[in-house]
Amino acid sequence: MILNKLFLSTLAAIALTCAGNNVWAKDAVPLADDPVTEQRLIAISEEMRCLVCQNESLSGSRSDLANDLRREIRILILEGKTDEQIRNFMVERYGDFVLYRPPVKPITWLLWVGPFVILLAGIIGLMIYLRRRNQSVPSTTLSAEDNRRIDALLQDAKSSSTENAHD
Amino acid sequence: MKAKFLIPLLLFVILVGFLAVGLNRDPHEVPSPLIGKQAPAFELPQLADPQKTFSPESMKGKPWILNVWASWCVACREEHPVLVELGKLQVAPIIGLDYKDKRDDAMAMLTRQGNPYVLSAFDANGRVGIDYGVYGVPETYVIDKAGVIRFKHIGPITMELLNKKIIPLLGELK
Repeated sequence: MILNKLFLSTLAAIALTCAGNNVWAKDAVPLADDPVTEQRLIAISEEMRCLVCQNESLSGSRSDLANDLRREIRILILEGKTDEQIRNFMVERYGDFVLYRPPVKPITWLLWVGPFVILLAGIIGLMIYLRRRNQSVPSTTLSAEDNRRIDALLQDAKSSSTENAHD
Repeated sequence: MKAKFLIPLLLFVILVGFLAVGLNRDPHEVPSPLIGKQAPAFELPQLADPQKTFSPESMKGKPWILNVWASWCVACREEHPVLVELGKLQVAPIIGLDYKDKRDDAMAMLTRQGNPYVLSAFDANGRVGIDYGVYGVPETYVIDKAGVIRFKHIGPITMELLNKKIIPLLGELK
């Protein structure tokens, strides 16, 4: 009897959750009928910036314009356009700014190469600095007298450490 | 070698220079790739009379202004008096592109605030807006005799912009 009641209430809970989902589903943007198109749409729009909320990707943004642009891209996919053609469609209208990966061309050379130039400059600077520092340490040659003193000191140190060990 | 201590200061000054330029730029002013290109063709029903259509083709031979607006857009309401002023000056015809709007709301706004437009094209689903790279209404385009986009402004136009940029440009294009 108790089990039966539990079962019924679980069913009711499930039914309620489903109803809840239905209510929320009204907010969702309609998906294309086939998942392949949707997959491509996501792949393309994830690489693009939403112009309205510039820190969001086109695939993640809930702005009106992003919805419209996704609809537009969906149509282009269904028309059989390649990814390249779809990217061009967007760039022709909104400029390279829509792409998260700007194309390599003269105006973006500094952007692409800049960090490596700075890294290279850093490495060269470091090498020059290290070389200079090596040279600034005076190299001395030891006289016979110096060697004798070193030996004596080492001998002392050895005997004292063995004494300590005996303690 | 004596001036070695100045190096960090110099680097700091360079950094401040970059920041001063970078932070004073408006990240929402994205340079439009459409400048210098032919204005995209379209044919849309007019706002006031759905039976009639408008196409940019019909404006060939004179410079004109295309203003993208909507009754739901607060900045457009703010901009509207400037457009009304510009309309009075009669320097160039102003065509409106009513973007993703409701016909009644749009007509109500024009009655309330005045109508600077020769006519407005009604872009119900925003499809033409996409062709023009619209991403934040209001946007304003200056298009020359040959139908080439010469200038684009994103956001409300001001009297200052009108006097410093748009009116002189229209004078040049005549």
